[in-house]
Order: sequence, then C-alpha cells, then structure tokens
Amino acid sequence: MRPISLQQRIEQAGSQRRVALIPFITAGFPEPTSFPQILRDLDESGADIIEIGIPFSDPVADGPVVEEASRQALAAGVNLERTLKELASLAPGLRASLVLMGYYNPFLQYGLERLARDADAAGIQGLIVPDLPLDEDGPLRAALSPWGLDLIPLVGPNTGDERMRAYAAAASGYVYVVSVMGTTGVRTELPAEAADTVRRARNAFTLPVALGFGIHSPEQIRAMSPPPQAVVFGSALLQHLAAGKSAKDFMAPWIKQK
Amino acid sequence: MKKGWFGDFGGQFVPELLIPPLRELERACETILPSPAFQRELAEVLRDFAGRPTPLSRCDALSRDLGFNLWLKREDLVHTGAHKMNNTIGQALLAKHMGKKNLIAETGAGQHGVATAAAAAKLGMGCSIYMGSVDVERQAPNVSRMKLLGARLIPVTSGTCTLKDAINEALRAWIVSQADTHYSFGTAAGPHPFPTLVRDLQAIIGKETKEQARRQIGRLPDAVLACVGGGSNAIGIFHPFAADPEAASVRLIGLEAGGTGEPGCYTSAPLNLGSPGVLHGQYSMLLQSADGQIEPSHSVSAGLDYPGVGPEHSWLQRSRRAEYHVVTDASALRAFETLSRKEGIIPALESSHALAFVLENPQAFTPDSHVVVNLSGRGDKDLDIASQHLTLLQGDATCAR
Ligand SMILES: Cc1ncc(COP(=O)(O)O)c(C=O)c1O
Repeated sequence: MRPISLQQRIEQAGSQRRVALIPFITAGFPEPTSFPQILRDLDESGADIIEIGIPFSDPVADGPVVEEASRQALAAGVNLERTLKELASLAPGLRASLVLMGYYNPFLQYGLERLARDADAAGIQGLIVPDLPLDEDGPLRAALSPWGLDLIPLVGPNTGDERMRAYAAAASGYVYVVSVMGTTGVRTELPAEAADTVRRARNAFTLPVALGFGIHSPEQIRAMSPPPQAVVFGSALLQHLAAGKSAKDFMAPWIKQK
Repeated sequence: MKKGWFGDFGGQFVPELLIPPLRELERACETILPSPAFQRELAEVLRDFAGRPTPLSRCDALSRDLGFNLWLKREDLVHTGAHKMNNTIGQALLAKHMGKKNLIAETGAGQHGVATAAAAAKLGMGCSIYMGSVDVERQAPNVSRMKLLGARLIPVTSGTCTLKDAINEALRAWIVSQADTHYSFGTAAGPHPFPTLVRDLQAIIGKETKEQARRQIGRLPDAVLACVGGGSNAIGIFHPFAADPEAASVRLIGLEAGGTGEPGCYTSAPLNLGSPGVLHGQYSMLLQSADGQIEPSHSVSAGLDYPGVGPEHSWLQRSRRAEYHVVTDASALRAFETLSRKEGIIPALESSHALAFVLENPQAFTPDSHVVVNLSGRGDKDLDIASQHLTLLQGDATCAR
C-alpha cells in the first residue's frame, strides 16, 4: 500500500487547523551516531515531514550554519549511499514523511535512476534540489516519475507569477517558498515581501505552500494572510541542536500554536 | 543547440533566485551588447584605457633554438597586466548600460579582482571583491592594488578558502544584491550566459591574432596555444579559429596545470584528469570524488588553481576540435625563467604553462611552422612565488649568464 502523499500530509495538518511542521536536518548531524535518535525525536515531537540534507562541498544556496553542518558531515564520512542505507532501516519506525534535500552533483554522480530506486526503497517521498531550476530538471524528473517521487520546486520573492505558473504545471508534493532574497540562515524578522510571496504562490499553485529560510518562531508567520500551510526550519534547528538542546524543546512552541 | 549549451556541456544550474538576474543579463547580451553604439564605446575604451590592440611578437632567439617560429600574443601588455581587462571593462560597461550601480566579483590570483576594480573606478561604479582567505595571504600585492583602486575586499573563510569558495560567496552575495549589482564573472565558465559573454568579450584576442598573422606571417598560424584555468584567455584566442572553416587546419592546444605532478597530489586539470559534473552553475569537466564532492585543486599559479573549466572547452575536447595537455609546476617555472632570459619578457606563471609545452615538446611542431602562444599576463605578480622555487632568485648571488 502506498503511504499518504506529501501533499496529503500537509493538507491533513490543515484539516486539523494547524500549520504543518517540516524540520530540516543535515544527514549525520550533529554526529553520525546521534543522528538516528535526533530523527526519532523530531518525529515524536510532531514533525509532519522531515527534510534530510545530503552534504555537499559547495552549497551556494546555504548560509554559514548549514554549510558548517555540511562540512562536518562530510568530514565524518557521510555520503548519499550511506544515508540512503541508514534511512531504509530507520524509515519504517517513523511517522513523518521523508524528503531528501541536496545539491545536484552528488545526485548526478550517484546516477539518477539508481537514486530514484534507492530513495524509494529508503522510504523517501520527494526531493528538493536547490541548484536545479525548472529548465534543467528534465532528467531528474524523468528518473523520479516512475517511482512516484515528488520534485519539490523552490520559488522566491523575485519569481514572477508567470514563472510560478510554469513551475506549477510540473510540480507535485508541495511548493517551497523562500522567504528572503538570500541564503538559509536565522533571521529575527522576515521581510514584508515574504507575505506577498506566500500569497502569490498560493494563487499560482494548487499544491500546499511551505515557507522556509530564516524561520525560527511562530511569531514570524502570525500576521500572514493567507498563511503558509507549512513551515520549514533548518539553521535555527541546527543551531539549537548544536548547543546540545533537544529537538522536543525546539518544536514545542510550534506545537502549542495548534 | 539548446541555448547556453555547447554540445553536451553548459546549462544554468543555479538557485531559482538567480534566474531573474541571469535572464536580465541574457537580454542585455542580446540587445545592448551587439548594438553599434555599445560596440563603438567598447572599442574606444579598449583602445584608450585597456591599451589594445596588443602586439604579436616573434621570439627571435627561441625560434632559432626551436627550429620553428614562436610568436607571442602579448596580453601581458593590457592594462593591469593580463587579458582579464578585456572581460571586466566589457562587463562593467554592459552593467552600466543595464543601470547597475555596483560590481561584485570573485578572484583567485587577484588579477580579475584588480581588473574589475580598475574598470569600476574608471566607470564610477562601486566594487566588492570576494577572495579566499588563503589567496588574500599569498597574493598580497594584488590585495593592495584592489584597495588602492577603491574596491571593498571581502575575505572568504568557508570551504577550502580559495577561488571556488570565493565564487560560492559571490553567488550568495548576488542573490541579495541583484537589484542594483552586476556579478562580473572572471572566466568563461559559470551559468549561462557567462561562458558566452566572457568568450565574446575575450574573442578580441583571437580576432587580432588572425589579422596580425595574415599581415606579419602572410597566413594563419599552424598552432595556437593557451593555458586553461577557467578557460577565458584560451577560448578568447581559440574561438575565432574554431568558428572559422578556413582555420580548420589550425591546431588548438590548451594546457592545464598539473601541480607538482606527483601521483596522488592535487592538480588543476579537470579536462585531462576529471569527469563531467555540475559546479558553479555549469555541467562541465570537473575534479571530484566518486561521491560528487568537489576536490581541492592545486597549482603553483593561483590563476589556474580551480577544479572546474568552462563548458566550451569540455566540448572542444569531446568534439576533438582542440587538444588539452597537462604541464607541471616545475615545467612552468623553467619556462618562466627561459622567456625572461632569452626574450626579455617576464610571463605570468599561468601563461608559462602554455609556453612550457612548446619549449619542452618541440617535436610536436613541424620545422619552420608558425606557433602562437597566448601570453595571457605578465609575471611581476609572481616574483614572490617564483623566488621560493628558482635558485637564481635566491640569496644575493650575482646572476651568471
Ligand atoms: C595571467 C593569467 N592567465 C590565465 C589565467 C587563467 O584564467 P583563464 O583560464 O580564464 O584565462 C589567469 C587567472 O587569474 C591569469 O591571471
């Protein structure tokens, strides 16, 4: 039996009148040995979807926190093959859906068809590839589609409505809205344009909208109308975990806002 | 062919947030760049500011030794000391016409940084240069030149702290500043349209070479050589030959940096020792691990120290229009010394790689033929590095002839 889809997962949160929660964590963070437990903690603390970052030496869409996590993971020997094997054994015990987030070259070198097959076997339901825009994504899309894996698009404040509609025509799963003109990283306040981008994306896509980049507190989205249907947090969570604090503590304020 | 692709190579592998400024630049390349008014202005500034045309000089002494005619295309005489200015003044002028107020750029050796800073000063634009912290240390004179020219220097401390990381940081900065800022990319690589734009701006090297060869030799040369880092000076001199059916018999030879040449050591030779992959917006030959992680590169010449190469070279290699070989640090240093002694020209260590191939493989060229080396830059910037390697520059010995 096929599991509930990424889209359904977020819509389900919506029907419970809450925003879906999507933590991002770099594979093998903070240590390869503690990573499986952190994944389980995130799962038990209310994550709807968990994005697993595949480390890359040259992460151009990322700020210093994710880049450093990526560097540490590479130094610890984390790679795509090992991560997929590990997830294959962990995924059956998790309630949350899993998505892989990574730059194109490690995926390309692994082999796109092999990636799709192994990702499916590891319980992955979608991929986010931050350096693979619409016009270059044909080969990956073709490899993923026989397995029913979603390729989740990223759009931002400078993505025009027409371009959003072009993405919408091919997308499945959810759409990832980048809140700022910048890289990943913690920001105290979101720029005013974030609300506007969320609104435009909700108009252009029938898929649910997940807002990410710089998100750390429910306050940041309180005033948005319409609100995003999901939020992604990465750098703030990684910093929190690196300081030795628990995944549960991080997730708590988001659970309360239900 | 798909726009932005050279055969199997090229593309635009960047975050979606960089697509709008790349599209804007693409439009400027199609409308502003080819317009007669722009071309007139560019020709003027290339002549009056950059110092073009550069001569094609025959090396009389070396030609006697080699048994064939060795010519140098003298990009070392371009303002700020390398071919880089052909590109930076062109991009700066284009950016100005696009209404941009600032330039950002990456730099490795500092040559592109200096040429960008000078172009920005000339055109009254703001300028920020991203440079790996390791390079800031080893290229101190160029750091001072950039500062003097009014650029803001941003040392990059991520990754390997060298050129590839400086490019990452400049791309990140461009995401933020794209509204009023142009990213002046330093070589014929990166996401479309940079490989085409930089090639078109550097093609003046090859166009002049063809005209000068017809005038000075009476025909086209038999072979054209250039060093290949990202590939801008090489594609600049190759392209007018590669695009001309009448030049089909002209051999095009690119030289990559082989580093120390010891087994297992890092090199900067992706065409010879790499495999295809995606870095910095392009699909091209690349030094990478089996997992697709980018390998650090190494060369004694900072300007060649890069794990990737422009997509058009990957295609010229695959389609067999050009051949590419590897030259080690030691060979380049010997050529650096030889040209200085025999011809009175101190070449950049980058350009010395191209020269070294000719000097050390004379059997690869037919007697009495005409061989042109693109002397992409002058070597004053390399004296510190060279003096660590060349005994003749060490101690206070009076140099024997
Ligand atoms: C003199 C000189 N030649 C060559 C290069 C290599 O760049 P490219 O391969 O783009 O010509 C550089 C780069 O800094 C340089 O300074």
